[in-house]
Amino acid sequence: MALDARIPSGPLDQKWDRCRSELKLVNPANKRKYTVICVGTGLAGASASASLAELGYNVLTFCLQDSPRRAHSIAAQGGINAAKNYANDGDSIFRLFYDTVKGGDYRSREGNVFRLAQLSVNIIDHCAAQGVPFARDYGGTLVTRSFGGAQVSRTFYARGQTGQQLLLGAYSAMMRQVHEGRVKLFPRREMLDIVLVDGRARGIIVRNLITGQLESYSADAVVLATGGYSNVFYLSTNAMSSNASAIWRAHKRGAYFANPCFTQIHPTCIPVSGHCQSKLTLMSESLRNDGRVWVPKDPADKREPSQIPEDKRCYYLEEKYPSFGNLVPRDVASRNAKEQCDAGRGVGGSGFAVYLDFRDAIARNGVENIEDNYGNLFQMYERITAEDPYNVPMRIYPAPHYTMGGLWVDYHLMSAVPGLFVLGEANFSDHGANRLGASALMQGLADGYFVIPYTVGGYFAGNEFGKVDTSLSAFKGAAAEAEEKTSRLLAINGKRTVADFHRELGMLMWDYCGMSRDEAGLRLALRKIPEIREEFWKNVTVAGAPGEFNQNLERAGRVADFLELAELMVRDALHRKESCGGHFRVESQTEEGEALRDDENYSYAAAWEYTGVDSEPVPHKETLQFENIKLAQRSYK
Amino acid sequence: MNFVLMVWRQRNAKSKGRFVPHLVTDISADTSFMEMLDVVNEGLILEGEEPIAFDNDCREGICGTCCMVINGRAHGSQHGTTVCQLHMRAFRENDVITIEPIRAKAFPVVKDLVVDRSAFDKVIAAGGYISVDTGSAPDANAVPIPKDDADLAMDAAACIGCGACVATCKNASPMLFLSAKLAHLSLLPQGKAEWRTRVLNMVREMDKLGFGACTNERECEIQCPKEVKVHNIGRMNRQFLLASLLERIR
Ligand SMILES: Cc1cc2nc3c(=O)[nH]c(=O)nc-3n(C[C@H](O)[C@H](O)[C@H](O)COP(=O)(O)OP(=O)(O)OC[C@H]3O[C@@H](n4cnc5c(N)ncnc54)[C@H](O)[C@@H]3O)c2cc1C
Ligand code: FES
Repeated sequence: MALDARIPSGPLDQKWDRCRSELKLVNPANKRKYTVICVGTGLAGASASASLAELGYNVLTFCLQDSPRRAHSIAAQGGINAAKNYANDGDSIFRLFYDTVKGGDYRSREGNVFRLAQLSVNIIDHCAAQGVPFARDYGGTLVTRSFGGAQVSRTFYARGQTGQQLLLGAYSAMMRQVHEGRVKLFPRREMLDIVLVDGRARGIIVRNLITGQLESYSADAVVLATGGYSNVFYLSTNAMSSNASAIWRAHKRGAYFANPCFTQIHPTCIPVSGHCQSKLTLMSESLRNDGRVWVPKDPADKREPSQIPEDKRCYYLEEKYPSFGNLVPRDVASRNAKEQCDAGRGVGGSGFAVYLDFRDAIARNGVENIEDNYGNLFQMYERITAEDPYNVPMRIYPAPHYTMGGLWVDYHLMSAVPGLFVLGEANFSDHGANRLGASALMQGLADGYFVIPYTVGGYFAGNEFGKVDTSLSAFKGAAAEAEEKTSRLLAINGKRTVADFHRELGMLMWDYCGMSRDEAGLRLALRKIPEIREEFWKNVTVAGAPGEFNQNLERAGRVADFLELAELMVRDALHRKESCGGHFRVESQTEEGEALRDDENYSYAAAWEYTGVDSEPVPHKETLQFENIKLAQRSYK
Repeated sequence: MNFVLMVWRQRNAKSKGRFVPHLVTDISADTSFMEMLDVVNEGLILEGEEPIAFDNDCREGICGTCCMVINGRAHGSQHGTTVCQLHMRAFRENDVITIEPIRAKAFPVVKDLVVDRSAFDKVIAAGGYISVDTGSAPDANAVPIPKDDADLAMDAAACIGCGACVATCKNASPMLFLSAKLAHLSLLPQGKAEWRTRVLNMVREMDKLGFGACTNERECEIQCPKEVKVHNIGRMNRQFLLASLLERIR
C-alpha cells in the first residue's frame, strides 16, 4: 500500500482550515447512531471521549486503571506550550511551529506541526474554562515560563503538577458525558486485539482485569490513545502499567509502526540506586531553568559537592553551549551527561550521575522563590533519596522517558487500517526525532479536543457502515486467539519470572539501542532479542489462573509484546544510518560530536509493515516535504 | 534489613480473607515499599505460590493508585507521603508490618490489597466539573483570577483520589475528597455558575453510594498524602446548607 498522508495542499497556515471545510459532516440527528471505541483515558483519550460525546456520538471508553483519572498523563510535571504570546516576547504560531520542527531535528511533518501550534492557543482557553488552576500573576492573568530549550516564555503550568491538572480537566469533562449517558466507561480492561471487518476497524477484544473474562465490543471506529512504550527499557519514567500491547497488536493487524527507534532519554531523572529498582523518577526539566549542571573537573575529586570550589567544577553545558547553556534540548543534555560519566567524572555511588545545583539560584532569588516554583519536586526528590536539595545539589542521570515513534497516522490521525485512529503518544506524528519539553501534553489535547472530533466525523460521513455485532466470526476468532495466548503463557511453568525477562531485555535495549547506537551493537541486539524471546516462551513462569484478577499474567502479556517490539526498534535503528535527534548513530556525528543528519537519504518517516514474528518487516517510506523551513544543522552553541 | 509482613490475603470479593505472614530478608534500607513487595512476590512466584495482589502505577505519588493501610494507617505513618514514596528506611530492623486494604463498604475488596474505588468516579460524574463544551471557551485571560484564589484552588485540586481519607475515617467518609473538588471548582469564577447544583448532586450521590458522613474527627487531614485541608469540609457544609435552603425556597 502506498502511504498517503492526506496533507491538504495550499499554504501552511490554511491547511487545517481547508481540511475542516472540505470534510463531510454527519447530520447532528444521526450522530447518536455512530459508536466510537476509545482505548485509553490519558490526555488524548479522555479529551477525545469528552469531545466526541459532546458532539453526540456514543462513546465506549476503556482503560487499565481502576479509575480513568490515573492514566500516566497524571505524572507530567513541567507544563504545556502554547503560542499565546502573553509574555510579549516575540512568540508566534510560526515560531512555535519552527521550534518544534527544529527541535525534532527535521523529521516531522510540517503540516501536522503547524496545526498543533495553531491549536495550542485554543487548548489553553479551553482548559482555563474547565477550571484548570494554572499559575497566575497578582493581576490575575496567566503566567508562563520558558522551558525545554525555548527562548521565549510560552509554557503554562500548574505548580509541578501540570499533567495532573490537565488530566483532571479532561477526566471531569469526560465524566460529565458519563453522567449524560453518552460515554460508557470500562475501567480495568486491557485491550488484547482489534477486530477488522471488511478491512475496517470495527471492534476490540478486552480482558476484564477483575474477572479475567474476555469481552468483545463493536463500534464504527476505534481510537487508540494508549500512551508510549518506554517501558521496553524496563527502567523508565513511565508508570508500571504503561505498555505497547494495544498498538503492537494493532500493528499485527495491519497498522504500520513508524520510526520505532525514535525514543527520548530525558536528562533529569533520579539515578538508579539498587538492583531492586523498578522504575525511575523524572525531575522536571523546568529545574534546568534555575539549576546548574556540573561535575568535578578532576575524575579523582571525590569530595562532597559543597567542598569543591568553583574553579574545580566543570559546568559543561554552559561552557559548551554558551547561548543555550543548561537549557539545551533533551537529547543534547542527555548525551553530554553520558559523555561526562563515561569519561569518569560521574558522581554518586555508581558514578552514573551529574549534579544539578540550586545554590546560586537560592542565593539570587531566595528560598521562597525556589520553593514556590519547585517545592513539590524538591519534596519528591527528598522522599526518594533522603537528601535535601535545598542544601545538597541534586544528582541526576538520563532515563528513557518518551517515545516519538508509534503507529503511523495520516493528517486525519487515521492509521493504515481504515477506521483505526491513533492519538497522543501512541502515534508518531508531531515530534520527529526528538520531542521538545511541554509539547506532549499539547499534542495529546490537540489530538483529542480539536482534531479527532472533525476527522472521525469526516470518516463517518464519507463511508457506508453496515451493521456489525460481536457474534461475527471475526470477533470470535480474535477472542479465541487471545485466549489461546493466555493459556500458552500459563502453561509454560518455567523457572524465570516475567520481571526477570523484562529486566534482561531492558538492559540490552539500554546498552545497544539507548542513548547512542552503533552498527555492531545493534547487530548484537538483533541476534540476542529473538534468543531472549525464545527462552521466554519456554522458560517463563506465570502465577495464578486466567479467570481471575491476575497482575502477573497482565505483565506477562505486555512483556511478550515488548520482546517483539524491541526487535523492530533495533531494525529501525540499524536501517537509519544517520543521527537525528534522540537517535544518535555513533558513525554519524559532526566534528564536535553532535548528531549529523543525512537529509539526502533519510528525510522520511519509516513506517514498518508487520509480516510475522520471525519474518522481516517491510519498510514504507513517507518522504517529508519541507516547504516553509530551511533544513539546517541544529546548533545550540 | 529484615521484616515480617502480616499481609491481608483474600482471593476475591466473595471469599473470606486473613492475615498471612511473609518474611522479608536482607533488603536494603533504600528499597522502596513497593519494590520490597516486588521482591517478596518474585520469591512467591518462583516457589509456585500466588503473589500478593497490590495496586500501584506511577510509583511517584501522583496517580493515587497505591493506597493501602500499613500498621493501621493509610499510606503508613510518614507525613504527606504515599505508599509508593515510602522507603524501608522508615521502618526498624525486625519490625512486624501489617498491610491491609482500605476497608470501607463503598470500596469492596477485589483481591488481597486491591479495592474497587469506582464510587469516587460516580461522585465526580454527579457534578465534579464545570460544564463547558469544547470550542466554546473565551480567551484564557478574559477572566482574571486573583492569585490567592488560584493558589487555594490549586491546593484543593492537588487531591489524588487515593481514598486515604475514606480509609482513615471511622465513618468511612469521603468528605475530604469531595470537599476538595468542590473547593477547587467553586473558588474559580468559571465554576461559580453551577455551585448550587454541584454541591447538592455530589453530596447526594455520596450518600447513595454507602459512604458515611463527617463527624469532625479530622483524621483524614493528618493522613492525606497531599495535605488537603479540612477547612474545605467547612466550606462544603456551608455551601450545602445554603444550597439546600435556596432549593426549598424556590
Ligand atoms: C514523568 C513524566 C513527566 C512528563 N512531563 C511532561 C511535561 O511536563 N510536559 C509535556 O508536554 N509532556 C510531559 N510528559 C509526556 C506526557 O505526559 C505524555 O506523553 C502524555 O501524557 C501521554 O498521554 P497519552 O494520553 O498519550 O497516554 P497516557 O496518559 O499514558 O494514557 C494511556 C492510557 O491508555 C490506557 N491503556 C494503555 N494500554 C492499554 C490497553 N492495552 N488496554 C486498555 N487501555 C490501555 C491506560 O490505561 C491509560 O488510560 C511527561 C511524561 C512523564 C512520564
Ligand atoms: S503508585 Fe501512583 S501514587 Fe502511588
